Amino acid sequence: MNNVNFLKPNKENLNLFLFLGTIFFGLGLIDFCLNNFYEKNITSFLPSFVSFFTPLIFGMIGLHFIRIEFSGIKFLDELNKNINTSNFNAALSISIIILIIFSVAPLLNWFILDATFFGDSKEACTGSGACWVYIKTWFNRFMYGMYPNAEQWRVNATFIIVLGLMAAGYFFPLKYKKYLTFYYVILLPIISFLLIYYLISGGEFGLEWVETGAWGGLSLTFIVSFFSLIFCFPIGMMLALGRRSDLAVVKYSSLSFIEFWRGVPLITVLFMSAVMFPMFLPDGTYVDKLIRVIVAITLFEAAYTAEVIRGGLQALPRGQYDAAKSLGMGYWRLHLLVILPQALKLVIPGIANTFLALVKDTPLIFVVGLLELVGMLNLAKTNPKWLGFSMEGYVFAGIIFWIICYSMSKYSQKLELKFKTDR
Amino acid sequence: MKFKKILPQFLTLLFIVLIFGFFTMNAQENMDTRGIEFGFGFLSKEASFDIQFSLIDYDGSMSYGRAYLVGLLNTLLVSFIGIILSTILGAVIGVARLSPNYLINKTASFYVEFFRNVPLLLQIFFWYFAALRALPMPEDAPLIFGSSFMTIKGLYTPAPIWNNLDVFMIALIVAMIVIYFFNKFAKRKQEEEGKQYPKFLISLGIFVILPALTFFVGGVDVTWSFPELKQLAKTSFTYEGGLGIPPELIALTLALTLYTATFIAENVRAGIQGIGKGQKEAAASVGLTPGQVLKLVVLPQALRIIIPPTTNQYLNLTKNSSLAAAIAYPDLVLVFAGTAMMQTGRAIEIVGITMATYLTISLTISLFMNWYNKRIAIQEK
Repeated sequence: MNNVNFLKPNKENLNLFLFLGTIFFGLGLIDFCLNNFYEKNITSFLPSFVSFFTPLIFGMIGLHFIRIEFSGIKFLDELNKNINTSNFNAALSISIIILIIFSVAPLLNWFILDATFFGDSKEACTGSGACWVYIKTWFNRFMYGMYPNAEQWRVNATFIIVLGLMAAGYFFPLKYKKYLTFYYVILLPIISFLLIYYLISGGEFGLEWVETGAWGGLSLTFIVSFFSLIFCFPIGMMLALGRRSDLAVVKYSSLSFIEFWRGVPLITVLFMSAVMFPMFLPDGTYVDKLIRVIVAITLFEAAYTAEVIRGGLQALPRGQYDAAKSLGMGYWRLHLLVILPQALKLVIPGIANTFLALVKDTPLIFVVGLLELVGMLNLAKTNPKWLGFSMEGYVFAGIIFWIICYSMSKYSQKLELKFKTDR
Repeated sequence: MKFKKILPQFLTLLFIVLIFGFFTMNAQENMDTRGIEFGFGFLSKEASFDIQFSLIDYDGSMSYGRAYLVGLLNTLLVSFIGIILSTILGAVIGVARLSPNYLINKTASFYVEFFRNVPLLLQIFFWYFAALRALPMPEDAPLIFGSSFMTIKGLYTPAPIWNNLDVFMIALIVAMIVIYFFNKFAKRKQEEEGKQYPKFLISLGIFVILPALTFFVGGVDVTWSFPELKQLAKTSFTYEGGLGIPPELIALTLALTLYTATFIAENVRAGIQGIGKGQKEAAASVGLTPGQVLKLVVLPQALRIIIPPTTNQYLNLTKNSSLAAAIAYPDLVLVFAGTAMMQTGRAIEIVGITMATYLTISLTISLFMNWYNKRIAIQEK
């Protein structure tokens, strides 16, 4: 056997060091797990301060032993390169591993192992984990708000049709592609509005009328974000063009509009739409709460969209303007045919981010008394039959929002990459 | 040609005037029929409602103006704490995302992707209604760090009681002025003679020693008041003395910090990644130490990329602090646009003042940022 220097692990004694390292590392983990989950301290003979850090110390010794460069074992080299480059890195890695074990185990227990999945009343929930029965019972309410159970197919049908119409743009034959913008900006909003008006709201064609106050849950989140997005886009575009205009009045009115909405929090805007706006209308006119909210959010988001689009307009080289002008194009033709198509392509990720913010902002509409998903949770939480399950509710809503927002942000990142290659 | 320029402007102006005119006329009419008169006289009337948490002396007998001030200070308080904490957390996470260590890198990105994609309001609700409600009652709360209690009614920590605080504060300010002039002096020395002083160490020394001296000569003195358990009724306990931080403030700060830190972390990451490798290599090749490379080459350039979007996040945090109203933390929106408006019914004035306040904060910071951006922008020749 060669000389063994424990301070300098080397390749000659690879197996010995691997063996020692694994043992120490394992010892650290076992010590930690025993300490935390079985309340047994195998190192209790040491002073409490040292004993507390034994998992870290054991783990670091273990990782030190296996830190052998060019060992020839692929897995070991990868491991060393990624989490074990120095003592400091090793300490951080171990802390993270311990943290993960420490947090994942109880979460797993709460989410699945100790959770109750079956049953139909609060009494079924006897375990110490989550009570998913609560979510199951309230699922319809969380999705549709106070919308009557028997009529919920109407909401579903509307969403399916609108989604289908949105996807239809993909399958346009080449000949009609030039009408795509027209379809998305003008036709689709109108059709969707009519659909929502006649199908969800009802009141005609033998459908029972459901007032907007009864709408709620996740479907309301979608309705509000959908319309706000559709309307805020053209307004934002006009504002962005206005802000870059040479005409002083147009420029400064756009500027003050944008800066005003960007400077105030959404909650005050909603307050305004709820209590201040009715004062500004002729006596006796009543505008539906939902419409007021959509208008408020639209104006709010339009200011943000305008700034995003302005970024795209600024990113275009001057040559584009000059070239278009030299062809004799006027202001509108120049912008509609040359500038905007290029600028909008640049800002698609930015728009997606704005939309993401919009979706995350929709829960705020509770201040005017509209209850989307989070609002419904707060309502369900106070139901005397189902007290004490707020955690499950928030976790459930968190997961749903996370899925929506995360997939959207991933999609926008993909778009960003896709458009990056063009220029 | 002239006509082409004037017409759109005229139409815009007409549109604005018409809308404003329409709104004003209606508002006038509506207020007339309801017998309300527009005006801000109500601000000096007695508010007659209590506020749970206030930084300045306040009780129901004081005016609405005072209540407004309480709300504004509470908003600024939570924004200030949130900005400081989220900057620290964001910087750490941002650097961690660039770490070559796989575990650290992935944990940091998991954190960012998770907290960024859940609505802030939901996070506030989660911390307030679910997480903090699981804390023990005051009588069962364990000691933390030997002196604090974390209970369902909030966090109780020892509070300092100062003697001659003003002397201490003056010493602090004097220390800062001295540091400013010292740094100016050191810079000039370096430019003239190439002589370098350990600037940071000396500044730190001045900052610590000067205020510390006041304890010996200025008659400054600190005693600590510790929270003590007190029985109110048979089953009702509370803590007295010390500093009580209400759970609303904790939940709000937690949520705002965790949420905003994700965005700041992304800014920090983008800033550091934006510095070309060549910059670091060039700096190293002229003989700078790694510390100097960071201080003199990387950070000044990275900060130029990081600071503008981060200020935007600070603004967002300040505006988002208005969500406090949802969990009854007495911020500007809850106190003023909530309670005060319910009582007075002056929707237009109160919502107007609230919005104007936020607008002022935003515009001030934006103006400052524009000035700062111009200052640090690369001077291209």
